Amino acid sequence: MIGAQWIGRELGSSVLLVERGRLKFFAKAMGETNPIYFDEAAAKAAGYADVPAPPTFLFAADLDSGLIFNLLDQMGVALSKVLHGEQSFEYFAPVVAGDVITFKSTIKNIYSKRAGALEFIELEGLAVNQQGESVARTRNVTVVRN
Amino acid sequence: MPGPTFDSVAVGDDLPALLLPPLDRTTLALFAGASGDHNPVHIDLDVARSAGLPDVFAQGMLGMAWVARLLTGWAPQAQLRRLGVRFVGITQLGNMISCTGRIVEKLEADGERRVLIDLRAANQFGQTKIVGEALVALP
Repeated sequence: MIGAQWIGRELGSSVLLVERGRLKFFAKAMGETNPIYFDEAAAKAAGYADVPAPPTFLFAADLDSGLIFNLLDQMGVALSKVLHGEQSFEYFAPVVAGDVITFKSTIKNIYSKRAGALEFIELEGLAVNQQGESVARTRNVTVVRN
Repeated sequence: MPGPTFDSVAVGDDLPALLLPPLDRTTLALFAGASGDHNPVHIDLDVARSAGLPDVFAQGMLGMAWVARLLTGWAPQAQLRRLGVRFVGITQLGNMISCTGRIVEKLEADGERRVLIDLRAANQFGQTKIVGEALVALP
């Protein structure tokens, strides 16, 4: 069982440079074809300062920090036992190539169902860009199958 | 191509569906690298089997990325205010996912006009994999 002592724990902050090549790779991997996700000129013509990060990219950036995987490791949870339960994003401003995003995540809740057969880890995060502007709030539920 | 406007859409309207090809291992490998989700259960058959799973399976966030494509293919991403999903089923190799969305509410908030969209991703057998909702601002 994952102890309730984790609730409220802040996972610290991580900083990610949003690289243009990474964004294009991500867009390709998700089967995106719209040129604004691949071509700077097309992105600028569409009103973006550079190639935009697709809507779910911020979770990728969050994973890069290793905070979530480290947390699971510290909790003694095997990666083969976890499933993604829920994910949401609230968007305040675009994220484009060249941005430097700082994430702060907090463990909002930990609870179990089916007499502990399933445990749930709920994280909330805030992403802030290099201008100090909040770009997104994220919420994430990881399911652990015991 | 001009995007949808608030006055041109109605509650009950369906977004043009996004239909994906059968899921293959290459897509899982590319998405693992691109997304930063290096959990081997999605890319390494040996690891999946040793964990008692029949095979590798899709990252949840791959399905969510497809659901996001449904939205950004309909209205510009800059108009997306919120996207939230629940992962309700595992997407297996060979699954052909359809992402669909329906406008369920028209509203005004924070000084702009928005639509609430119910979202669903399901495979070719009608098994639901993802449910969710999005809030999109429309001019």
